[in-house]
Amino acid sequence: MSGVWVVVEERAGKIAPLSWEALAAGRQLCALTNQPLHAILIGAETANLAGELVGQPLERVVRIEHPLLDVYSADGFVLALEQFFRSVDPRYVVFPHTYQVRDYAPALAARMGRMLMNDVVEIGPAASGANGPTFVRQLLQGRLNGHYHPAGDGPCFLSVQAGAFRAEETPTGAVVSAETFTPTLEAAQIRTRPGQPFRASAQTVDLASAERIVSIGRGIREAANIPMMQELASALGAELAASRPICDSGWLPTDRQVGSSGQSVAPKLYVAVGISGAIQHQVGMKASRCIVAVNKDPDAPIFEIADYGIVGDLFEVVPALTEAVKALKK
Amino acid sequence: MKIIVAIKQVPESGAPFKIDGSGRWIEETDLNYNLNESDAYALEQALQLREQHDGEVVALSAGPDRVQSVLRDALAKGADRALHIRCDDRSGRDALGTARLLAAAIRPESPDLVLAGLQSDDVGHGQTGVLLAALLGMPHASLILQVEKTEAGLSVKRELEEGWLQMIELPMPAVLAIQSGGNKLRYATLMGIKRAKTKELRVVESGELGVDLASGLVLDHVSAIRKQKSTQFLPGTPAQAAASLVEKLQFEARVL
Repeated sequence: MSGVWVVVEERAGKIAPLSWEALAAGRQLCALTNQPLHAILIGAETANLAGELVGQPLERVVRIEHPLLDVYSADGFVLALEQFFRSVDPRYVVFPHTYQVRDYAPALAARMGRMLMNDVVEIGPAASGANGPTFVRQLLQGRLNGHYHPAGDGPCFLSVQAGAFRAEETPTGAVVSAETFTPTLEAAQIRTRPGQPFRASAQTVDLASAERIVSIGRGIREAANIPMMQELASALGAELAASRPICDSGWLPTDRQVGSSGQSVAPKLYVAVGISGAIQHQVGMKASRCIVAVNKDPDAPIFEIADYGIVGDLFEVVPALTEAVKALKK
Repeated sequence: MKIIVAIKQVPESGAPFKIDGSGRWIEETDLNYNLNESDAYALEQALQLREQHDGEVVALSAGPDRVQSVLRDALAKGADRALHIRCDDRSGRDALGTARLLAAAIRPESPDLVLAGLQSDDVGHGQTGVLLAALLGMPHASLILQVEKTEAGLSVKRELEEGWLQMIELPMPAVLAIQSGGNKLRYATLMGIKRAKTKELRVVESGELGVDLASGLVLDHVSAIRKQKSTQFLPGTPAQAAASLVEKLQFEARVL
């Protein structure tokens, strides 16, 4: 059993940004375990992606190719990767934590008798008595860290959360040539028929270009309180945005949703009102230049990344803030 | 159509908590529990499908006795019967072990469709649906917002990243992991609550299912989150805090 194997994902014909972060996590894992680093590409034709990996410090690049892997399907990816991993017996398998990975990696790991350790945000040295490194993932929607280690025999499958590992410039490694692995697949084994991706509706607001954003979450309690939030946004010259539960309830249209399932934003000013700040929300806004959080819970994870915080009742704080901003503009 | 919907009871989101004596979870004595959010949408989807196509909805949950309250809520909202796999709550923190228990209870029921919420709000492994498909040998789709029955099976709407969507067709029996927000949730009516009392809630002891719970993953301990930035907290009355925030935003952060 050996090696760290990173499964690289493609988007729009290129290696997806999050996959570079998964490679960075893989490098860190190699440094801790003295294992060689490998990359896996999967699809019908992956030569272009392999070209992007030239110069990376990789021991091997494997292209798993088959015409039936042209379009993603959970069945196709699980069968192909399982055949490959049974042939190489990996020690660690690292995935970027994307929607696609969430759709097939748990099944792949389970077929090999293991459980995927999802959303890893940190990899550290082994705890005493453990036979492998410590992996940290978040619990209770980002309010608690869980420290895990793999036990027993068999490969360890993990996926890494967006933004947790830095995909910086890497030292140049030897040029490795990619080898190809051809899995045995039949059309009948792929039971789902995926359609072409489409957009729900025309995007009417481009949050990504907003300079200031006031974003609201569950803490606003009901739709009737939205005008109060809109007033603050207007005073600041900001767009109104929201975390997922607000859009799920239909209180704001989904094109105003910020987070992993909505838009990613990086405005000058991001004011989070009544948002606890689960990691799915944070990945969509933590690059903002200045983050303000208003929340009644001093332990809310949003304060992890906030520059300024007000702990209090948002129904008192928001009107006061609107007044203070208006006074400034006079 | 016979539908099994797997639901989970989780601590109320956002409530204060303390790490317990074992250092591996939180104090449970003062916690309130709710139905996990995406599971509420899975239940809603199951009820709507039954209303359109007849059949039966069975609510399934694994955990200690307290999880019967979410099963009773499901019965009050319209599920036909409920199945409780009684087990220590710790096994509920391991997605693979839990999925093996659920699969063992689902198999003899031979359902047409199995639904699960996408991700739990407490442990957040987000794997139960996909794991059930693997264990039951059924096709699956995850992050599903809408489900329609077709001649050949199912047509489902899947959420992709950054606002993209995709339709997927798959045969039945199948497993779907349901994303929140796809439907409007119903409340239990008084009549529903009354009727729930006469509905079947069967208890199965987890030990009787003969399931191996080891997943190869060990939770050593939990810890408080670490701050990535040092937040300046602005004290005082709301008016004072607001005034000092505006000043800081203007002169320190220079974003106003």
